[in-house]
Amino acid sequence: MNFAVLQFPGSNCDQDCVHVLADVLGHSARLLWHKETSLGNADAVIIPGGFSYGDYLRTGAIARFSPIMHAVQTFAANGGLVLGVCNGFQILCEAGMLPGALIRNRSLQFRCENIFLKTETRNSPYTNAIPEKLMRIPIAHGEGCYFAQPDTLSRLKANDQILWRYVSAQGETTELANPNGSVDNIAGICNERRNIAGLMPHPERASEAILGCADGKSIFESIIAWQQQQAVAKAA
Amino acid sequence: MTRSITPEMVKQHGLTPDEYERIKSVLGREPNYTELGIFSVMWSEHCSYKNTRPLLKGFPTKSPRILVGAGEENAGIIDIGDGLAIAFKIESHNHPSAVEPFQGAATGVGGIIRDIFTMGARPICALNSLRFGELSSPEVRRLFSGVVSGIAHYGNCFGIPTIAGEVYFDKSYEGNPLVNAFCLGVLRHEQIARGAAKGIGNPVFYVGPATGRDGLAGAAFASQDLTEESAEQQRGAVQVGDPFMEKLVMEACLELLATGAVAGIQDMGAAGLTCSTCETAARAGTGIEIDLADVPQRAPNMTPYEIMLSESQERMLIIVKAGREAEVQRIFDKWDLPWSKVGVVTDTGRMVVKNHGQVVADIPAKKLADEAPIYQRDSREPAYLAGVRAFRWESDTTDAVSNLKTLLSWPTIASKNWVYRQYDHMVRDGSVVGPGSDAAVLRIKGDSLPPMPADSASRNGKVAEKFIALSVDCNASYVYLDPYVGGKIAVAEAARNLACSGATPLGTTDNLNFGNPHNPEIFYQLKESVRGLAEACRAFNAPVTGGNVSLYNQNPNGPIDPTPTVAMVGAIEKAEHITTQWFKDEGDVIILLGDLLDKEDPLLGLGGSAYLQAVHGIKNGTPPRIDLEREHELHQGLRSLIYAGGIKSAHDCSDGGFAVALAECCISHQLARETPRLLGADIDLSAFLEARLDALLFGEAQSRIIISVRPLDAVKVIERAKIIGIPVTRLGTVGGTALRIKTIKGEFSWPTSELHDFWWNAIAKLMS
Repeated sequence: MNFAVLQFPGSNCDQDCVHVLADVLGHSARLLWHKETSLGNADAVIIPGGFSYGDYLRTGAIARFSPIMHAVQTFAANGGLVLGVCNGFQILCEAGMLPGALIRNRSLQFRCENIFLKTETRNSPYTNAIPEKLMRIPIAHGEGCYFAQPDTLSRLKANDQILWRYVSAQGETTELANPNGSVDNIAGICNERRNIAGLMPHPERASEAILGCADGKSIFESIIAWQQQQAVAKAA
Repeated sequence: MTRSITPEMVKQHGLTPDEYERIKSVLGREPNYTELGIFSVMWSEHCSYKNTRPLLKGFPTKSPRILVGAGEENAGIIDIGDGLAIAFKIESHNHPSAVEPFQGAATGVGGIIRDIFTMGARPICALNSLRFGELSSPEVRRLFSGVVSGIAHYGNCFGIPTIAGEVYFDKSYEGNPLVNAFCLGVLRHEQIARGAAKGIGNPVFYVGPATGRDGLAGAAFASQDLTEESAEQQRGAVQVGDPFMEKLVMEACLELLATGAVAGIQDMGAAGLTCSTCETAARAGTGIEIDLADVPQRAPNMTPYEIMLSESQERMLIIVKAGREAEVQRIFDKWDLPWSKVGVVTDTGRMVVKNHGQVVADIPAKKLADEAPIYQRDSREPAYLAGVRAFRWESDTTDAVSNLKTLLSWPTIASKNWVYRQYDHMVRDGSVVGPGSDAAVLRIKGDSLPPMPADSASRNGKVAEKFIALSVDCNASYVYLDPYVGGKIAVAEAARNLACSGATPLGTTDNLNFGNPHNPEIFYQLKESVRGLAEACRAFNAPVTGGNVSLYNQNPNGPIDPTPTVAMVGAIEKAEHITTQWFKDEGDVIILLGDLLDKEDPLLGLGGSAYLQAVHGIKNGTPPRIDLEREHELHQGLRSLIYAGGIKSAHDCSDGGFAVALAECCISHQLARETPRLLGADIDLSAFLEARLDALLFGEAQSRIIISVRPLDAVKVIERAKIIGIPVTRLGTVGGTALRIKTIKGEFSWPTSELHDFWWNAIAKLMS
C-alpha cells in the first residue's frame, strides 16, 4: 500500500510515521513537501505531528492554507483515507475536515506521557483491526483539549464518530484519566463518511516493542486491512 | 563616528588596564569603539577561557575513537563504529536564565543544538542539568517553572527528545540558577563539517533571521558577577529564541552540507558575528572581510558595534565554495529562509569589518581568537574546609519510617515527572529508556542521520542500529565539602549510571559552574574539582571531548556551590543488554554489588548526605571516599554480568543512600498516566550487627549497585560476582505491596503506594 506522509516545514513526527509504515510494516511511505500540489499514487494520507509552521498563531491555522492541503481535500472528497496525528488532527479541525477544535490543555502545560486509550468502535478504516483491549500510547501536546459544541457532540455520538477515549488502566472514562481536559475524554474522531480521522495520541511512537509498547501499530494495520478489503471487494 | 576610548569605557567592557595595553599592542594603535567591543567579547571568559585554560589542559582528551577533539571545533566527535559518529556538548545559559528564565533557558537549548548541527550532525537528543534555590521561595518557583517551560518550548517545537536530566534544589543557587543544556547529534564520518574559512576568494554567507539589538554582548554579561542591578539592566542582553526558525535553519544547513558546496560553517552563538568571523578565519589561517551593510537588520540605524555584538538567535555563517552560490540560494529559498552574501575569505589573516565600504574594524584574526591573555589565578584552601573535616555526626536519632518519606519527597530526590512530562521525550522514535531510570537509552537508526547527496550510492543503504546511553550528574554538596573528591564522584556517578543501563563510556563533556575566580578560595574549588574530574575521566576511559566554563555564578549572599556538571555518553552493544532500574517480577532475588558500608569508617557515608540535609538541615561533613579503581572494577563486573544474561534490573545508590535507592527500585516504573507499576521488597539487613541505622539506611557510601535476578540465576550470579572479585550480598526478594527492611534495630515497613505518592507528587504539590 502507498502512504503519503505530509511534510510541513515544522513537522517533526514525519520521519517517525515513515519509519513505522515502511521499516516496521513494510509498506511504501513517501514524504510529501507542503509546497507540492499532487498526492501522486497515494492510497492514504498521514498528516503527522509537529508544529507545522511554528504554530505561534494557532496550531494548524496556517498549514491548512498550504498548497498540498488542496490536494488532500480533493482526495478526501473522493473518499480517500486521511489520518491526522496530533498536529495533523489540529490541522484537519482547522481546515474544517473534522468537526470541533483542539484548545490549550487544561493544565496549561505541555504533556508527554503514556495514556490508556479505549477504542469505542471498530467500525472505521482506522479501528477495524484493533484487538479487544485498551491501547497504551504516548501523548505529546500542549493543545490537545478537544472541544465541540453540544449539537456537534450529539451528532458525533449518534453517528458513532468517536473512535477513541482516554481511560484509566481499568478502562473507565474518569477525570483523572483525561490528560488534557477534552470534552467527554475524546482522544480521536472521524468524519461522518468515516474516511477522515484524527487523534491526539501518537500511534507511531508505540509500534515497536523496543520503545516500550506496540499497541499503536494496530491503527496502521487497520488502515492496511481496510484497504485490502476494499481491493478484494472491487475485484469481486 | 569616532569616539576615543577612555579608561571608563575599558572598565565598562570588563577589560583590565593590562588587557587594554595588550589590545593596543595587538593592533599597534588605539582601538576604536567597535574594536573595543569586539575584543571585550572575544576575551571574555565565556569565549576565551582565560581563567581556566591552564586547568583544562589536565583533562584526558585522547582516545582512538575521538575524531574531533576538545577545543578544535564547536563540539567534539566520537566514532561509534560502522562509519557512524556522535557529536555532543554541554553548555551553560545561567545568567540569561536568572534574568529571563523562559527565554534564557530556551535560547540555551537553541545554542547547543546549533553547536551540534554546525558539525554536520543531526541533533537527536537533548539533556539538561538544572539547579535552583529552594522551592519554598515564590521567586525560585517562578524561575524553575520559567526555565522548564522555556526548555520545553524550544525542544518540543524543534522536535528533539529531551530524554534525561537532573534537577537539584539548594539555597546556594537562589538568584543564580544553573541551566546547563546538552545536545547530541549523529553523522557519518565523511559528513564532519568544519568551522574554518577555507579557500581564498570564497564567498561568506549569512543565513537565518535578521540581526537585532537583542542579546547585545551576552558573552560579556555572562562573564561578570550577577548582582541585583545587573539583572535588571541586562535584560536587553537576553536573546529571544524561535525554535521553528532553528528547525528550518538546521534542515537547510544539513541539506546544503550534503551538496558539498560548503567550505566552512559556524553558528553565531556567543559574541555572534564577531566570534564566527574571527574564529573561522583563525582556524583556517586566512582572513575574512565582511560589509555590515549586507547583513540583514531588524532594527533601523544599528551601529557597527551593535551588529557585531548582537546575539540574535538562529543565525549561521557559511563559507561557500566559489561558483556554487546558486545552491545556497536554491536550498534556503526552499526553506523560505533569509540569506545574504556578506563577505569574502582573504589571505590577509585579518578580520576586516566594513560598513558601506568604510572600514570600522581591522584586527588580526588569530590574535583576537586565540591569544586572549591567560591568567594563572591564586588559589587558597577555603577557610570553611577545616570545619568540614572536623565535623562528625554523632547523634543517631533516626526515625527510619518517617525519614525515608522525608527523603523521597525532598525535591532533589523526588521524581522529576513534573519537569519531564512537559518535555517531549519521545519524538524521533528512538527513546528506548526515557527519563526516570539511571541513564537514558537512545536508538540510532537510518533516519537519525543527516541527508546524503542526491547521487550518493549509500543514500538508501541500511544503517546498522546502535544504542547509546546518556547521563548527566553532579552532587555539588560533595564538591563544596571536598572539591577534589566531589569532582571524582561526579564522574563516577555518571559512569555508574551508564554501567547500570548496560553501557560502556565513550566520552564526557563537562560544564564547570563556579563563582568568581578572582577569589582564591573559589579558584581552589575550581582547580581541585577539575583535578578530580580529570583523574576520574581517565579511570573510566571517558575522555573529555569539550565543554563549557561558567564563572561569576554568585548572588549577593555569596557564590554557588561549586558545580562541575558531568554529562557522559556510552555505547550499548546489543538491545538485550539494555537494563533499567526498577524491579520487574515478584520473586526475583535482590542482590547488592559493592559494600553496603565503608569498611574503614561506617559513618563516612553520612558526610554531605541528603539525609543530613533533608532531615537535619545540615550540609557538612567529609563526603564519602571513592576508590576509582574499585569503582571501575564494579562497573566492569556489572557489565559482564549483564552480558552473561539474567540481570533484570540495576540501580545505583546515590542521593539518599541505600533505602532511597531500594524504594526507587520498587516505585519508579510508571506504565502510564496515573498508573505506576509498584512492586514491594523484603530485605534482611540483620547480618549488619554493628551498623548504626542512619548510616545503614541513608549513608551514601560510593560504589554500590542494587540488582535483581531470577531466583534460578541468583546463585550463579553471586558466584560469578565473587569470581570477578566484586563484593556481593544477597539481600532479599521482590514482592508484596510494601517495602520491608529488617535490621537488628527493628523491622520497618512502608506501603509502596504511599512511598510512590510522596515521591511522585512532591514537586507538583510544591508548585501548585
